[in-house]
Amino acid sequence: MSAFRCPECGYTYDEDSGHPREGFPPGTPWSEVPDTWACPDCGVEQKVDFEAV
Amino acid sequence: MAWGLVELTGLGVFWFFGPMFVYGIMPGLDHLIGKDSSNPPDSVLKWLEQDRYYRWCTYAYIPLQFAALIAACWVWAHGDLSLIEKLGLALTIGLVGGIAINTAHELGHKRASLEKWLSKMALAQTAYGHFFIEHNRGHHVRVATPEDPASSRLGESFYRFLPRTVAGSLRSAWELESERLGRSGGSPWTLRNDILNAWTMTLVLFGGLTAVFGLEVLPWLLLQAVYGFSLLEVVNYLEHYGLLRERREDGRYERTRPEHSWNSDNVSSNVLLYHLQRHSDHHAHPLRRFQALRHFDEAPELPSGYATMMLLAVIPPLWRRVMDPRLAAHYEGDLTRANRGVASA
Repeated sequence: MSAFRCPECGYTYDEDSGHPREGFPPGTPWSEVPDTWACPDCGVEQKVDFEAV
Repeated sequence: MAWGLVELTGLGVFWFFGPMFVYGIMPGLDHLIGKDSSNPPDSVLKWLEQDRYYRWCTYAYIPLQFAALIAACWVWAHGDLSLIEKLGLALTIGLVGGIAINTAHELGHKRASLEKWLSKMALAQTAYGHFFIEHNRGHHVRVATPEDPASSRLGESFYRFLPRTVAGSLRSAWELESERLGRSGGSPWTLRNDILNAWTMTLVLFGGLTAVFGLEVLPWLLLQAVYGFSLLEVVNYLEHYGLLRERREDGRYERTRPEHSWNSDNVSSNVLLYHLQRHSDHHAHPLRRFQALRHFDEAPELPSGYATMMLLAVIPPLWRRVMDPRLAAHYEGDLTRANRGVASA
């Protein structure tokens, strides 16, 4: 499983834990997150801007 | 404070203390004290971010806000006031609520759930719970584009902007929550919907106050709420007037930079508004705490503090005379680069 970090604020989406509040249960692969999904913490960057960690 | 002045002087006119303060005293102070464009050195910024004193300044506003609201209800119900004086009190309390939206704004951007919860509480007085969603997930994502209801356009008067932003923000907040809850297959009609649970707080608050103080406080509560959120929207109006992010080749908008918000370094308004006026840094880096927001030379600068600019905004010809040349100067005379409300190519 891999993780992806928002380059603005450092929020990290981890596929293991997902983001249940946003509707991505644990185990949701990054590929299933829509491209237009904005960072839930800062709203500055969108999914496509995230960097793999 | 208004109550104190009325008692002290015996003059009912001081029920209007709120508007007098914001439209009279604050613009004067902006002018007298002027600007501070200095930034704390980087070494201090980190310490500033963590200093709890500033956090308590935001928390402390909320009990004061509710104490003022309850006192106002008591005065509306039992304090022998004329209709005009009651109106003055409603405007004063509406201002308290408007500034509370500002407090909620600072708190709502933080990760901690306590701060998010306090943010919703601060919004209850103005029935603007949906701001909590729309601001972070809508406005910040689409700021300075024609798609954002809360970014004002070149030539758009405040009176055209107000209904567009109020209705547009509400619609957008609902769509965002429906989409979020829909991903797990749920309906938006649940208390997990942050708009509905925030509005429930308002219903409980207004219902409780009406139950205690009687039906006569309800119209005043509604009036102060409308006035309070209109105050927020006039500030929204002046924060991004005419500014536009360019489209990149892949069709997306460029990243939000300091140039996409009007900045204002006026000291007195900044102290009152938790440095909200250092708006350029805020939009580029939304999680930064207010005390650590910086000034950027490349960001366009408003000619005065928010208190003064709000007065201009409600007089559209005056606003355009002051702001349109500044916008033109920012875009080096090329106003096709400004936000004119049409999607750019």
